[in-house]
Amino acid sequence: MHNTTYHKASSAAEAASLLSGADDGALLAGGQTLIPTMKQRLAAPSDLVDISGVAELKGISVSGSSVTIGAMTTHAEVASSAELRAVCPGLADLAGHIGDPAVRHRGTLGGSVANNDPAADYPAAMLALGATIKTNTREIAADDFFQSMFTTALDEGEMIVSVSFEAPEKGAYAKFPNPASRYAMCGVFVAKGAGGVRVAVTGAGDDGVFRSADMEAALSSNFAADALDGVTVSPNGMLSDIHGDAAYRANLVKVMAKRATAAA
Amino acid sequence: MSEGIGAPVKRKEDKRFITGAGRYTDDIKLENQAYAAFVRSPHAHANVKSIDKSAAEGMDGVLAVLDGKQLTGDGIGNIICGWAITSKDGSPMNMGAWSALATDKVRYVGDAVVAVIAETKAQAKEAAEAVVVEYEELPAAAHIDAALAGGAPQIHDNAPGNVIYDWEIGEKDPTEAAIAGAAHVTEMDITNNRLSPNAMEPRSAITKYDAAEDHYTLYTTSQNPHVARLVLSAFYAVAPEHKLRVIAPDVGGGFGSKIYIYPEEIVCLWAAMKTKRSIKWTADRTEAFLTDAHGRDHVTTAKMGFDASGNIVGFHVSTKANFGAYMSLFSSAVPTYLYATLLSGTYNIPNIYCEVLACYTNTVPIDAYRGAGRPEASYVVERMMETAAREMGKDPAELRRQNFINEFPHQTPVIMNYDSGDFEGNMNQAMEAADWAGFEARKAESAAHGKLRGIGMACYIEACGIAPSAAVGSLGAGVGLWESAEVRVNPVGTIEILTGSHSHGQGHETTFAQVVADRFGVPLDSVQIVHGDTDKVQFGMGTYGSRSGPVGMSAIVKALDKVEAKVKKIGAHLLEVTEADITIEDGQVKAQGTNKALGWHEIGLAAYTAHNLPPDMEPGLKEGAFYDPLNFTFPMGCFICEVEVDPETGKTEILKFVASDDFGVIINPMIVEGQVHGGIAQGVGQALLEEVVYDESGQQLSASYMDYTMPRADDVPSYDVLHHNTKCTTNPLGIKGCGEAGAIGSPPAVINAITNAIGNNDLSMPATPSKVWAALGAAKIAAE
Ligand SMILES: Cc1cc2nc3c(=O)[nH]c(=O)nc-3n(C[C@H](O)[C@H](O)[C@H](O)COP(=O)(O)OP(=O)(O)OC[C@H]3O[C@@H](n4cnc5c(N)ncnc54)[C@H](O)[C@@H]3O)c2cc1C
Repeated sequence: MHNTTYHKASSAAEAASLLSGADDGALLAGGQTLIPTMKQRLAAPSDLVDISGVAELKGISVSGSSVTIGAMTTHAEVASSAELRAVCPGLADLAGHIGDPAVRHRGTLGGSVANNDPAADYPAAMLALGATIKTNTREIAADDFFQSMFTTALDEGEMIVSVSFEAPEKGAYAKFPNPASRYAMCGVFVAKGAGGVRVAVTGAGDDGVFRSADMEAALSSNFAADALDGVTVSPNGMLSDIHGDAAYRANLVKVMAKRATAAA
Repeated sequence: MSEGIGAPVKRKEDKRFITGAGRYTDDIKLENQAYAAFVRSPHAHANVKSIDKSAAEGMDGVLAVLDGKQLTGDGIGNIICGWAITSKDGSPMNMGAWSALATDKVRYVGDAVVAVIAETKAQAKEAAEAVVVEYEELPAAAHIDAALAGGAPQIHDNAPGNVIYDWEIGEKDPTEAAIAGAAHVTEMDITNNRLSPNAMEPRSAITKYDAAEDHYTLYTTSQNPHVARLVLSAFYAVAPEHKLRVIAPDVGGGFGSKIYIYPEEIVCLWAAMKTKRSIKWTADRTEAFLTDAHGRDHVTTAKMGFDASGNIVGFHVSTKANFGAYMSLFSSAVPTYLYATLLSGTYNIPNIYCEVLACYTNTVPIDAYRGAGRPEASYVVERMMETAAREMGKDPAELRRQNFINEFPHQTPVIMNYDSGDFEGNMNQAMEAADWAGFEARKAESAAHGKLRGIGMACYIEACGIAPSAAVGSLGAGVGLWESAEVRVNPVGTIEILTGSHSHGQGHETTFAQVVADRFGVPLDSVQIVHGDTDKVQFGMGTYGSRSGPVGMSAIVKALDKVEAKVKKIGAHLLEVTEADITIEDGQVKAQGTNKALGWHEIGLAAYTAHNLPPDMEPGLKEGAFYDPLNFTFPMGCFICEVEVDPETGKTEILKFVASDDFGVIINPMIVEGQVHGGIAQGVGQALLEEVVYDESGQQLSASYMDYTMPRADDVPSYDVLHHNTKCTTNPLGIKGCGEAGAIGSPPAVINAITNAIGNNDLSMPATPSKVWAALGAAKIAAE
């Protein structure tokens, strides 16, 4: 690891100012992605601004069907929240299957969303739930937030504060884990809410998370797993790597979408 | 006896391991210690045009920046392969030069070019990044076919066409004739996937040079410290043997990968002398993927002929073996004498012929990895048997039964002479435990919930107890493969066993002590096993090839025989009876037929006070022995695996795994069961999950756990481990060895089960979900 200067922020405002004052600073949330990258000497921020002590970034609040989750809420907290599970069990289940217990107790929703790893689980949920990503300067719709793999609408120095969404009438996530990393080889979040049906796919696309218009249309007319039988998922635009080719991933998209629909 | 042979006593060494008190190489900190970091080639194949060390040399904390020209200039020798293989045409193998630091050419990604020595690890790494190496990239050959193709890049000048050797064993013409006249011939192309060993503890070295004594010390992660010292002295000329101490302290797993002497140990020893500093290097996980010797990587075409009643008449095997960029220490023996000699399997096969083409590629060197050659043989034989049965419409168990060897000793056409076994006994035991007969009903149940169920069998045999020295010498080995032991009975009666074997997970501190406890009836806790230090222990050959039981313990038994003889003489003298009247039991030396007895400690005391010993007897009670095995030992067994495949995703779940092994006499059944569990986990890893993947340019695409799939707890089933043992007839304890069997027998059992489930024999390892799904699609197309 290269040398870096560590700061611990006590408020979101302090974090923002520490970050803007740094040469080439980075926010440190759970550190589950950033620290390994630094240890491999692939990232070398001049300053680390630790936001794990910022109370206002943490916690889950549910009011009716409106849900807000703070950026620093860990995967374990999301997985074990009874309040959240009561209105959106699909998201709690998703969080409960990220990584291993150590990762779930350190890793955060904000870190995962900011990182937008093409195989991460949360981006599919955010997109399917039509979530709003609130930062220290503005609010961004999930549809605009996830731009391409590892790329988001966040400006330099911009910090995610929380995400909010309306819990869907039905919603579930089905994941086929990559055998090695156990990130999503293909994960599909299916949600049927006030705004209609949204289907978001992570892990399978060659440029990050995406929505499937064909599957959304099929499920809008009939929200049932069989409704997807007639949908053809093209291998074009699917990722091909040592774990599986595009044709296999296209198959998984459909299989996981059916399983998510059945579970929703 | 509760602590002797056959007792499932808990492992003595585990207390320190599970309380964090183990002492591994990286835990050691020496006075005046500096750190090494290596500059490695990012290219699979390139000429080194120039090396600019100036920026690195000026950096904070940097003590030395050392390159290959300095290394060879100081007379450090090239790394060698210690087993000479002769080609069909009588020519010797083509061993290319391997310098610990590349001088003018790099041949794989990770090849070490420069070593930076600095005060801290961070400074060493920082400076290593500042070394500027100018490369002229060359086309690379990363795979066997690419390396053997016409016009392939030439990796070593002295290996035309990248061929190391073209070797054969068995009788070609009779085998071909038998197959030509066969009623049925099964032919398959079979690939054995390339694996990375992944010991939990990465390789590490820490070196010290004492200028006043001109003496060197190397602490390192080794399975065989004496072999390391021998090679470092005799071939690499780092230090003379009597001026070099090699210590392998606690070692966290080896699986073969820690047999060899690697560039880093050589460089750290040499650099300690140059800088007059102690030097530490520990691989990080990426370095482990990039530099630890890999295993397997064979491509084989096999043909097996059967007569009309299903008896095997001939077996013809052509194998191409990947060696990587350089020949590692035992690499040449693995696809020859550790592979082709096991191609008779558990069967009566009158004619066998095997040819092996060994080649260089621009990849990490390949050498022995748990099983070394035998898993490759067992995979070929057992997939062929299963496929042949399916093709001939026979029950795969019955086809095996019909061809089993039933009489011992049995001479195969490929050198090996099996001493003992009851192959049918193991198969019957496994079939019963697996409820083989009830499979069809379970398959129907799976079908009812949309899953494909399959069952597969493998009847492996392997060769352990490596190895009779004269025999391996005649086959090209550069060393003898005996083992040594010394038994020291202290004046107070406690016992130290100095063994040339080395434990890196196997539990020798427990099992070896059990042999002693069994012999004299002394408490297990009064026996200490000493190993892993060339200054403490007499020359020994180390641990690999499941040899510590059959060979290492046999040496201990020989030394115990001598101790026992002397104890009886002392006892007879003190108790005033004849030697024939003396028995040793329960820690006492007794005069039979009398109530006279001496405590064990009294014998020790008598031996060392020497106040009253028989006339002409030397004082002391310490005996040594060297044991050279008469034959290999032949563990065998029958494994049955039952799987369920999800046809939508191609994912396989192992529902049941039964192992019935014949390991001969078992010293500690709990430790043996652990060895079987670990072996099967590695075999399941090979069958379902693990593969080192290189792209065409020679970059490793699987060099981290994000892409290299190690088996996790939920990937492996709960095993049924059973035994049906027959005693080995060629060593004193009757032991066959158990360290590799699980990894040898399980891959074909798993793949036979999956191919049975999906109805397509054309499936290669690892059977990942995507491959199984594709094979299912191919089977569907074939059926339409
Ligand atoms: C072994 C292992 C297994 C894993 N398995 C999975 C898995 O199955 N599925 C999955 O989805 N993920 C998985 N992960 C990733 C895990 O979920 C990470 O926690 C997550 O990707 C990043 O969250 P973090 O809190 O650790 O962020 P960090 O590593 O601290 O930060 C990641 C990036 O986000 C930035 N960042 C952090 N917080 C904010 C913020 N509030 N605003 C703006 N930028 C911010 C950081 O500066 C950094 O660039 C795994 C990780 C590990 C180590």
